[in-house]
Amino acid sequence: MCLGIPAQLVEIVDPKAKTAKAEIGGVRRIVSCALLEGEAQVGEWVLVHVGFALDRIDEEQAAETLQLFSDMGEAYERELAEIRKSAEGAA
Amino acid sequence: MKYVDEFRSGELARALASELAEAMPPGRELALMEVCGGHTHAIYKHGLDELLPPGLELVHGPGCPVCVIPVGRVDDAVALALEPNVIFTTFGDMMRVPGSKGSLLDARSRGADVRMVYSPLDALELARANSQREVIFFAIGFETTAPSTAVTLLQARAQGIGNFSVFCNHVTIGPPLKAILDAPELRLDGLIAPGHVSAVTGSRVYDFIAAEYGRPVVVAGFEPLDILQSVLMLVRQLAQGRAEVENQYTRVVREQGNPRALEAIEQTMELRDSFEWRGLGSIPRSGLRLREEFSEWDAERRYAVPGVSVPDHKVCQCGQVLRGLVKPWECKVFGNACTPESPIGTCMVSSEGACAAYYHYGRNRPKRLSR
Amino acid sequence: MSERRSKAAAGRRRKPRLLNERITLVHGAGGKATRNLVEALFLGELGNPLLAPLSDSALLEAGGAKLAFTTDAHVVQPLFFPGGDIGSLAVNGTVNDIAVSGARPLVLSAAFVLEEGLPISDLRRVVASMAEAAREAGVVVAAGDTKVVERGRGDGLTVTTAAIGLVDERVSLGAEKVRPGDKVIVSGTLGDHGMAVMIARGNLELEVEIASDSASIYPLAESLFTLGEDLRWLRDPTRGGLATTLNELTEASGLCVVLDEKALPVREQVAAACEILGLDPLYVANEGKLIAIVAADRAEQALATLRAHPLGAEAQIVGEVEPEPKGLVLLQTAFGGSRVVDMLAGDPLPRIC
Ligand code: SF4
Repeated sequence: MCLGIPAQLVEIVDPKAKTAKAEIGGVRRIVSCALLEGEAQVGEWVLVHVGFALDRIDEEQAAETLQLFSDMGEAYERELAEIRKSAEGAA
Repeated sequence: MKYVDEFRSGELARALASELAEAMPPGRELALMEVCGGHTHAIYKHGLDELLPPGLELVHGPGCPVCVIPVGRVDDAVALALEPNVIFTTFGDMMRVPGSKGSLLDARSRGADVRMVYSPLDALELARANSQREVIFFAIGFETTAPSTAVTLLQARAQGIGNFSVFCNHVTIGPPLKAILDAPELRLDGLIAPGHVSAVTGSRVYDFIAAEYGRPVVVAGFEPLDILQSVLMLVRQLAQGRAEVENQYTRVVREQGNPRALEAIEQTMELRDSFEWRGLGSIPRSGLRLREEFSEWDAERRYAVPGVSVPDHKVCQCGQVLRGLVKPWECKVFGNACTPESPIGTCMVSSEGACAAYYHYGRNRPKRLSR
Repeated sequence: MSERRSKAAAGRRRKPRLLNERITLVHGAGGKATRNLVEALFLGELGNPLLAPLSDSALLEAGGAKLAFTTDAHVVQPLFFPGGDIGSLAVNGTVNDIAVSGARPLVLSAAFVLEEGLPISDLRRVVASMAEAAREAGVVVAAGDTKVVERGRGDGLTVTTAAIGLVDERVSLGAEKVRPGDKVIVSGTLGDHGMAVMIARGNLELEVEIASDSASIYPLAESLFTLGEDLRWLRDPTRGGLATTLNELTEASGLCVVLDEKALPVREQVAAACEILGLDPLYVANEGKLIAIVAADRAEQALATLRAHPLGAEAQIVGEVEPEPKGLVLLQTAFGGSRVVDMLAGDPLPRIC
């Protein structure tokens, strides 16, 4: 449920009304930042749902999750390489 | 697209899948429920289910806010849309959902002014631009969407926009999960919890599932790698005999949620004594309505809505599908009387419903395509 | 497994029924509901051997000449959008229906229904753009008609066109010509037109530069005619997009098409707009693209031929025809799974969930 799209704030439109322009893949839309803690800043990544920035995206946490994936990927590649080697050795 | 493409890598998927196969407790069959329709959609869209090891099954849960709206409420929406001078605004997904007298699209063909909006704020803007008309917003959704409606209401009040009202159908995530877990023949080993709802509520709303029902929960993001990793986390918990609430979607979800969003809901809405769900029946304290102070903007108070509850179709087995007891294709009417163009039950209604997902993306792929 | 499979397949293939009491917008979306309407009502009343194949053009013989004949009604809001307008769209859409039937477009007719109050300047703009599109496509508008309806009853302006083309003797196209192993080629990026118009309507409040791909694809089609027998089937994936068009092929041929998600050309902005709106570019309309099914050993040549033309610069081989499972379009996802790609069921409405 609840389509949420990661987008970057590229312009503060009206600080009083808490609106900003958010961009993803070259598409821009004005979103409300009323649900964000504190002032919205240009450059921040947020999750957009029905025209609202639902929350900020934590860059560090995202990087951590990705690191975890790529560690797993490397381990998997190593394993594959070993299997290949031992198969060659057997042949 | 940042935060999207990296989480869709096919290479990493294979690594995760092999890790997952290793983690499976030998000789056990596991059934995990992805609560959220967004997950169901992503699973099918990316063909993720093919990467799952044998013995692991995903059951589609009740978390599609469109599917859960009961027939009676759709009838109410149609009645509101047909009121004179009304512009009825709705998210695109609700347009086709059938009531007992047709959908909003049908109402449109009978002359109702039904318009699609992307955001509740767009509906408010429409009211501002059409001061001679009455604009009603059809509010649906879980805690993810409720704050947006709440902020829109607060703005309507602050700006004194009187020709705007909300037909509130917001629901909460906890009670339907409890209803499913309370069912007598439950066969679920763990839950993949919806990431975007949790961004608002925080992951703690699932604590009762681990504590009272002994089932592990992982809050998951919506990209396919997120889902795969969440499945892995659940399987590991089960293999180790743990039942905890874990958070895979740390880049968005915090334990305490989004306090501002929760406060906006609190300011404008309160729990109803009970709310009817398609496929699940009435569930106590599961729906939200506007608070007394907002009655001026409450479509249910401003107009005479029929408010008649219409039972789900007799042959519909959605209730069992939602509990994982029946597979969509086992339902008698699946694919013949019940199709996405003329759905009988909720699960066929939006593209996120379990039956519609089966119908569109078909779990009936030939094995040869699986790797 | 066979039970669920046959059940789903039977569901897909059941007899057309028209359950609605009134026409809704879904009947015009180009998906299953449109099919049902056409098959249950129009074919029922008007059915004849020329109409029955429901292809882009009817093929007929007159005085020894083999002709392709087609007609097309055009309603679009807004009338002007980035990359085109209702005038150029009307010409290109009709010409393209002729082109994908393996014929060279010769003449067009155009009937206008104008709404009282329409600015003459708008009409002039539309007609001038029609003239230019016709020049580019090498056709003339040889007949026309004009009617005016009362204010509020006409959507500004609608155009209905018809066209006649001369069948090219080098090719004979049809679903029955398609063979397992054949390659599926698209001539460029998917979804540009549908997304450009959806955004130009303005109610989604999205800002992005996406232009319609509206163009005559006759030059592209013609460049493939040299393949002769090895060119099996051509279509322009308009309403309902690539997914719906390929489903029509698999239904008619009883074969299967397997698409490779990684190979599908989609512009970044279109992909992003689709993500935002919860849409799938496979279902979004194109107005200047063709899908060609080509014998496997000529596919690279066909691709090079298309790419040599500016309209086909981004052409790609996107999939292959396979014998099984019958009647289905499948997609190998970039993620490493696969899924069934069904026909569009209803309008592609933006989703929030
Ligand atoms: S096929 Fe239709 S009626 Fe049967 S369970 Fe699914 S949605 Fe309900």
